[in-house]
Amino acid sequence: MERSDFDLIASWVQPGERVLDLGCGDGSLLRRLIDERGAKGYGVELEDAEVLAAIRNGINVIQGNLEQGLAGFDDQTFNHVVLSRTLQTVRHTERILAEMLRVGREAVVSFPNFAYWKNRMAVMAGRMPVSEDLPYEWFDTPNLRFFTLLDFESLCDKMGLVIRERQVLDEAGRLVTEEPNFLGSLAVYRLGR
Amino acid sequence: MTNGSAQGVGLVSSQRAHFDQPLELRSGAVLPAFDLVYETYGTLNADASNAILVCHALSGHHHVAGYTDADNPERTLGWWDNIVGPGRPLDTRRFFVVGVNNLGGCHGSTGPKSINPATGKPWGADFPMVAVVDWVHAQARLADHLGIRQWAVVMGGSLGGMQAMRWAITLPERVRHAVVIAAAPNLTAENIAFNDVARQAILTDPDFHGGHYYEHGTHPWRGLRLARMLGHITYLAEDQMAEKFGRKRRPEAGSYGFEAEFEVESYLHYQGDKFAGYFDANTYLLMTRALDYFDPARVAGGDLAVALAAARAEFLVVAFSTDWRFSPERSREIVHALVHNGQAVAYAEIDSAHGHDSFLMDDPHYHAVVDSYLKRITL
Repeated sequence: MERSDFDLIASWVQPGERVLDLGCGDGSLLRRLIDERGAKGYGVELEDAEVLAAIRNGINVIQGNLEQGLAGFDDQTFNHVVLSRTLQTVRHTERILAEMLRVGREAVVSFPNFAYWKNRMAVMAGRMPVSEDLPYEWFDTPNLRFFTLLDFESLCDKMGLVIRERQVLDEAGRLVTEEPNFLGSLAVYRLGR
Repeated sequence: MTNGSAQGVGLVSSQRAHFDQPLELRSGAVLPAFDLVYETYGTLNADASNAILVCHALSGHHHVAGYTDADNPERTLGWWDNIVGPGRPLDTRRFFVVGVNNLGGCHGSTGPKSINPATGKPWGADFPMVAVVDWVHAQARLADHLGIRQWAVVMGGSLGGMQAMRWAITLPERVRHAVVIAAAPNLTAENIAFNDVARQAILTDPDFHGGHYYEHGTHPWRGLRLARMLGHITYLAEDQMAEKFGRKRRPEAGSYGFEAEFEVESYLHYQGDKFAGYFDANTYLLMTRALDYFDPARVAGGDLAVALAAARAEFLVVAFSTDWRFSPERSREIVHALVHNGQAVAYAEIDSAHGHDSFLMDDPHYHAVVDSYLKRITL
């Protein structure tokens, strides 16, 4: 799957920078950052099949559970710590965000916006939303947390995290500039301390 | 099997290499000359870029794969046959695989059973203490002998994994990949304690004679048997033992006595007897001591990352969920030290029921991990 947030994330990585991708799957993003941006990449992944696929992809994949934090990773080891479309599946939300900015200088977080207008329409019509960025039925979704751009930004405020940049995409992957919490399907943030 | 091949490497035989340049050991002692016994599988390619060194663990040896007796293939199968062969993870159509019996061993390489040229009698307890780094230097002589300047891979499980790590640190230009399985950066106090009890069983056996039992025509069979029984318990997982043996009893055994009435006792006795029947007690002492001493971070002030920084190899580290003797936490120490340094490492934590012995098992996911890693290596 080619992900629209990958283009943005790739544009933020400079040659030689160290990137940690949390929930890296088969390592597609890291492969791209390594090949196109000359990054030094590491990934963390829990699922056996994904770890195997990442090894096949030649990725520095470390099998582990994000819910247990990033114990063992030293402070400020990475330039960017990426959590792409995964925050909504993590139970310990604040801890993972804090951990990302402990081991990295910058946290890059992307997540589906539950306040996207089509999602609102679905709920108004009485059904939970299923879309490009929320591709699951309510009974098989790995998502645990349902939140919007505004919700996320108020959490950042509460945690004292600085939003360095925010980009919002629609379902087709086009940049959204107006009314992002209504017109945006996927949000991508760069966070610092 | 990963690629569906049922055929292994077939009938194999060992070779012997003699080295007459003295080898200075970590302890300061010098071996004037030594022999190494080894086996090879597959074919070394023209630029010698496809060689894998398989390092053995405590009780292992050079006979890694294939069988040594055509009339008895099952009973003479190598200790890691399930991972070596055409279509298996260590694919002998692609790689040249070398197994070697370590210095101090009892399967043909120079060790306590060998004749000490200074006395004309077996070395026995006078065989110098060997460290993991000494094995690396001895194995490097074998690599020279075979025309291998750089190993594509050095790998092993348990003490074998520690050798792979030591290779990568000590001779960095000679290792492209290190595969470190069910290992640790050093032993915990608990681990040293188990080794000590095992050694005490041997050392206090009246047949030990200070390690010079060969000339007394004895062997500290009881001590070695106890050592192996203790070790064997620590290589298994509690749930696995419960499932395999539980409280099952042997109907043929009597009651209200001390013979092997429970199945687990019978199993341990069998394992102990078998081991004591072929292994050498002095070698067991040396190998466990080498494990105790292994600690590459020690000269780096205890900082494993500093020690590993010398390595040029890429690493695959593998641990098993139920391995409490070399737990996944210990493997992660290795991984995080490498990450700290920005070195290449992949880490897989295999869900397995078989404790420390998992590294020897034919587990499809585990073998797929090793297979995938080795397949991506360019030769």
